[in-house]
Amino acid sequence: MLTDKLKEKFGADILESGNALGEDSIVIDREKAPEIFRTLHDDADFAFEFLIDVTAVDWLERRPRFDVVYQLKSMSRSTRLRVKIRVGAGDDAWVPSAHPVWKSADWLERECFDMFGITFRGHPDLRRILLYDTFVGHPLRKDYPFQKRQPIVPEIDPITKPLRPTK
Amino acid sequence: MSLPARWSQKIEAADPADEIMELQMGPSHPAAHGTIKFNLKLDGERVADCDVEVGYLHRAFEKMCEQGTWTQCFPYTDRLNYASPCINNVGFALAVEKLLGIEAPERAQYLRVIMSEVSRITDHLTCMGMAASELGAVTVAFLMIEGREMLYDLVEAVTGARLTVTWCRVGGVAHDLPDDFKERIAIAMRHIDGLLSDCDKLLSRNRVFIDRMSGVGILPQKDAISYGLTGPLLRASGVAYDVRKANPYLVYDRFTFDIPTGERGDNYDRFNQRFREIPESQKIIVQAMGELPAGPVMIGDPKIALPPKERVYNSIEGLMNHFKLIMEGIKVPAGETYTAVEGANGELGFYVVSDGSGRPYRVRVRPPCFLAMSALNKMLIGHMIPDIITTFGMINMIGGECDR
Repeated sequence: MLTDKLKEKFGADILESGNALGEDSIVIDREKAPEIFRTLHDDADFAFEFLIDVTAVDWLERRPRFDVVYQLKSMSRSTRLRVKIRVGAGDDAWVPSAHPVWKSADWLERECFDMFGITFRGHPDLRRILLYDTFVGHPLRKDYPFQKRQPIVPEIDPITKPLRPTK
Repeated sequence: MSLPARWSQKIEAADPADEIMELQMGPSHPAAHGTIKFNLKLDGERVADCDVEVGYLHRAFEKMCEQGTWTQCFPYTDRLNYASPCINNVGFALAVEKLLGIEAPERAQYLRVIMSEVSRITDHLTCMGMAASELGAVTVAFLMIEGREMLYDLVEAVTGARLTVTWCRVGGVAHDLPDDFKERIAIAMRHIDGLLSDCDKLLSRNRVFIDRMSGVGILPQKDAISYGLTGPLLRASGVAYDVRKANPYLVYDRFTFDIPTGERGDNYDRFNQRFREIPESQKIIVQAMGELPAGPVMIGDPKIALPPKERVYNSIEGLMNHFKLIMEGIKVPAGETYTAVEGANGELGFYVVSDGSGRPYRVRVRPPCFLAMSALNKMLIGHMIPDIITTFGMINMIGGECDR
């Protein structure tokens, strides 16, 4: 079992583990996430070459409020794993970036930041990706009404103003 | 104008003496089929850096899915990759069915496979036809569009629409095949064979085509994996990963087909990759048509399937059943799943979370071409401006899927 092997390897850093509907998932400690990601990628026992997806789920009433969800895939071992990190709202809404391990984290984490306002610390270029820079709020949060209007932003002349700010 | 530090560093490393020009290409560029903006830093005609801006077609797919019932998500999924909408339908249906713990009837599974493969062919034909026309090979484009239209006619005969099919349902499919489908698909497959051989003659020894495609936009295996590329792009880089083989879903494990792979991972390989995948899809269609079982195409469970219209109009039980399913939706047990299918552009995954009510709590789609676009910068640096068009064409970015 993959989850047993993970528990053996990481011990108390895995807060929860489970297998529902044939899918393995673990909840890990945010502080330990960079090392765990690195081991999941490098260790031949796990060999998760692909970071397939990064997203979040907003459990509005729950504390901590957000689940940041990573879908990992190992091609050589033919396994999948779902890794979750639980984070709170406000200043607590941050996780370490997975970009040093998987390059696909670049855009996926930008999208998650765009939609949920979760900060990925250590990300090289964290800015909005699907929405525009002056967008107010983070639309996939449950407290963002789906019919909410956005303020009209003044037109920016791309010649005199610099391009999208980059970090 | 002062350059952002990130760009000036890279540029100095490339060639400190040359002046760097900024060019904004897009968001509506006639040669780039898709609404996308490239913020280029040019060193002469060479691309020194390329910041890709996506999101112009963002329509809040994931937010809108949370507003209706599970069944009401199907029309939204059509509009993800609108060159192969049946595959999106199938992916979403499989994810919800996994949460419900049900399986569609065998005939419905076969139909889903057949229509997925038809969609894959239409998607590949669209991508290759457009890419060829951008290089001036308009004949190829017309030939491929002709074949695509034949298949779209078939899709229309089955689903009632060319692109906005909304054909799958939780627990099956909406309509069975029309009576003359078997003959029509056989004619279409023969036609595709002919057009592929014509296009092969037009392109495989065409000097212009090869010079423009070969050696451009190379992405080595290691990078392709790290950037999360899947589908034809990953296979063109030499990695034989296909969800249909790695995690077989539906009835794919019953068919024999091959996974062709490329070698170098350049644009030529990507074109070839799609070219060689079409016969494999045809193989699957022929096998599936040959052993297509009889039976219902929709599950019988009244908590999931709508009752037949005669019952709705003529009995109070049928009417109540219909009303409850439409107004409250299918009650999906609380839980979460990530279910992936092989889309035309790569692994199309649906991460769905249910809280036990009749509405999705969270629907997340993992768009294959979004990840491919993130690697575009890496593919382009050092190449010429015209190479942007071919590389972008071979990624086959579909705005509906990339921006959702």
